[in-house]
Amino acid sequence: MIELRGVSFGYDAADLVLRDIDLGLEDGEFVVVAGRTGVGKSTLLGTFNGLVPQFTGGTLTGDILVDGRSIIDRPSRERAHLVGYVGQDPDAGFVTDSVEEELAYGMEQLGLDAATMRRRVEETLDLLGLVDLRDRDLSTLSGGQQQRVAIGSVLTMHPRLLVLDEPTSALDSTAAEDVLATLMRLAHDVGITVLIAEHRLERVVPFADRLCLIEDDGGLTVGPPGQVLRHAPVVPPIVALGRLAAWEPLPLSVREARRRARTWDVDLKAPPPPVTSTGRTVVETRDVTVAHGRRAALSGVDLTLVAGEVTALMGRNGSGKSTLLWTLQGSRTRIAGSVAVDGVDPAGIAPAERRTRVGLVPQTAADLLYLETVAQECAASDEESEKPRGDCRTLLDQLAPGIPDDRHPRDLSEGQRLALVLAIVLTSEPEVVLLDEPTRGLDYPGKAALARALTQLAAQGRAVLVATHDVEFVAEVADRVVVLANGEVVSSGPTALVVSETPAFAPQVSKIMGPDWLTVAQVAEALS
Amino acid sequence: MTAARLQRDLHPLAWWVWALGLVVAASMTTNPLVLLLVVAIASLVVAQRHGDHPWARAFRLYLLLGLAIVVIRVAFRIVLGGADGTTVLVTLPEIPLPSWAAGIRLLGPVTSEAVLAGLYDGLRLAGIVIAIGAANALANPKRLLRSLPPALYEVGSALVVAVTVLPQIADSVRRVRAARQLRGEPAGRWGRLRRLVVPVLEDALERSMRLAAGMDARGYGRSGTSTPQQRRATGLLMIVGMLGICVGVYAVLDQTAPRVLALPMLLAGCGLALAGFVSAGRRVQRTRYRPDRWAPAEVLVVACGLVPAVTFWAVGRADPSLLHPGVNEVPAVTLPVLLAVLVAAFPAGATPRPATIQVQPLRVGAGR
Repeated sequence: MIELRGVSFGYDAADLVLRDIDLGLEDGEFVVVAGRTGVGKSTLLGTFNGLVPQFTGGTLTGDILVDGRSIIDRPSRERAHLVGYVGQDPDAGFVTDSVEEELAYGMEQLGLDAATMRRRVEETLDLLGLVDLRDRDLSTLSGGQQQRVAIGSVLTMHPRLLVLDEPTSALDSTAAEDVLATLMRLAHDVGITVLIAEHRLERVVPFADRLCLIEDDGGLTVGPPGQVLRHAPVVPPIVALGRLAAWEPLPLSVREARRRARTWDVDLKAPPPPVTSTGRTVVETRDVTVAHGRRAALSGVDLTLVAGEVTALMGRNGSGKSTLLWTLQGSRTRIAGSVAVDGVDPAGIAPAERRTRVGLVPQTAADLLYLETVAQECAASDEESEKPRGDCRTLLDQLAPGIPDDRHPRDLSEGQRLALVLAIVLTSEPEVVLLDEPTRGLDYPGKAALARALTQLAAQGRAVLVATHDVEFVAEVADRVVVLANGEVVSSGPTALVVSETPAFAPQVSKIMGPDWLTVAQVAEALS
Repeated sequence: MTAARLQRDLHPLAWWVWALGLVVAASMTTNPLVLLLVVAIASLVVAQRHGDHPWARAFRLYLLLGLAIVVIRVAFRIVLGGADGTTVLVTLPEIPLPSWAAGIRLLGPVTSEAVLAGLYDGLRLAGIVIAIGAANALANPKRLLRSLPPALYEVGSALVVAVTVLPQIADSVRRVRAARQLRGEPAGRWGRLRRLVVPVLEDALERSMRLAAGMDARGYGRSGTSTPQQRRATGLLMIVGMLGICVGVYAVLDQTAPRVLALPMLLAGCGLALAGFVSAGRRVQRTRYRPDRWAPAEVLVVACGLVPAVTFWAVGRADPSLLHPGVNEVPAVTLPVLLAVLVAAFPAGATPRPATIQVQPLRVGAGR
């Protein structure tokens, strides 16, 4: 139906991002694009609807065909009825105020008549389960709802191909499942081709008909997921486990893998049960209550953080995770309760002193950066924290070695930028480190690096609290888990215990191997 | 209940015409009683018929702005005490000024005439500002921009986006300010400013690029079927028409200009520009989803706004002293004037209530 033929793209001829790519998509196919961060997944998606090179610059060669006709010379607005594009951040792409108007916007541009528009809006509201939200202001919707509206707003144009760039990266697992189920229905029932780029392969691989892996040299490997993933550098835990156990064919869904695990003929000694924490209590909160207007954002939260441990803070979007972090940091006003960091209330001391006790890496880490090079940022950080020159750079080299001094912070990869911000925060040597959604945009190697860094921080005697949706990351890194719902702590304890109690938070390995197991690394260790 | 009374948002243009009627009426009078009545009516209608979009909540700011205008006007009259009038209320010590500032007096005797003149003048300006605030609160300005004629669609979209970006920038400023205390402050005022401005601007720029890409991907600016020749002809019509309007307006205002340049030129300019609009509108292939309807309620609102404007114009010609009372007499209001203003309050009860969806936006994270 739609086909890339010999497509290459690069910002200069010597260094191609995509190299000689051939890819044909059939009607109703569900195709996943995978690859390491920065390898060109978004670029590949953008070539389909013309945003690349129109908005990115660079040179695109080769041809793009729809039913045999070339469309490579048509600008992306002239392809709107063929290719629907949904970007990473749906909020940034909304043009109107309300759900209904947003669904109709694309059709207005196509010049469809009023009756058709009305009919398609109603159809789409039903198809995506948005009927109850039709009059709502877009800014009042949750992340998952916004993502479904963004999908709906391109569906009303009846495109043949739907292109989505990391549609679930900002969503909690329930909202992500919702969005993916919707996409699945579109591909199977409506016959729309779905092309989706995603870091969290564990979420999308079970749905995929085919998988496109972009290699580091810009080439493309296309094939059934089970084949492509056998040698891929980025694989979900389920595949890593399958590779480790040499299961043939490679299992892709939890169900398949569970069946294989039952007949797996090896003798595994279960990992030791979690030990109760013995470290010194660094942070202690009692009955903390915080208000958003008249609504309680946090109510009666008791939390203890212990030196030498990584604690994960989980819960759905809007459950109060960010609020809790900012309250622990001290800049969010409590209306009741107490927070003590080493016996001192962070809300009662000056920001400069606060930084030496509690460090926070916010959700948009780039908010902390404002200078032109990495070296300048590091120097400024040393100066601000009154530390000898070079402290911040040393920290950065421990977290992510080899970042050149003269690089602009905006040109760093997500993982490198996070490391830079973390190094800046650590320069003032806080005993408590808080991180808000640090895994967004990180691929598996990036997450592994972050996990190592956090474990190392804990080993130095710090207390680390990381708010995240990513259950696999939690399984890797956390000693303890605290689950928030509606501003209240609903469950808290050692990771293995909490995630086995709540299926939505269980990592794939524990779904397959049983509640004792959390990570592939544990299985590998038990095997050797 | 009849269909006409069901909840719905009126056409935004109707509210704007109504408010402009009040603006025109307020600008034609300095009678404090009439002006206070105008402010009261604007507030009443807003209280009864405002929507629940964020702009509606800004009406209080307009009221405060109006109050500030009055206070500043009166304060200026006192500080730069005009010597007009003889009824001295209080004598403040005069500050002597050097000879080159002759003609300006600081403080000195304060006359009731000067204070009242300042008060009346300030009230007039406050009335105008508050009437515009009422239009803002009653009709979502974004919806007004969206009901522009097709030829102005591109301009309208650009304005809508600009209006949308403002709260996002405010959000971004809030976030960066919260993030600022997570690392130390740079030394110096310049450094501190840079610390705030650079991330906010980068964020705004990235957002606008993403929005532009998103709009383009959804077909914004599809060229339709017009040929380059047609587009050139349309552009030429518009530009010549606008030039004609400029020359015409100038000639109308400047009495020494040749009369042939005045009204004829203005009319010709308007005609050409209109032709350009129609020609541009015809080539546009865009359609509107559920456009705002123009029903009897809208006509009523427009009429209620125009009545005071027209009446004041007529009264002003017949008896100027009624609308501009002297500062030495007690201002009075006649029945026709009173009725004309009261008509403007009619929409407060006679129009359908606005559609409401009461949901508070989600606010998470750092901000308060």
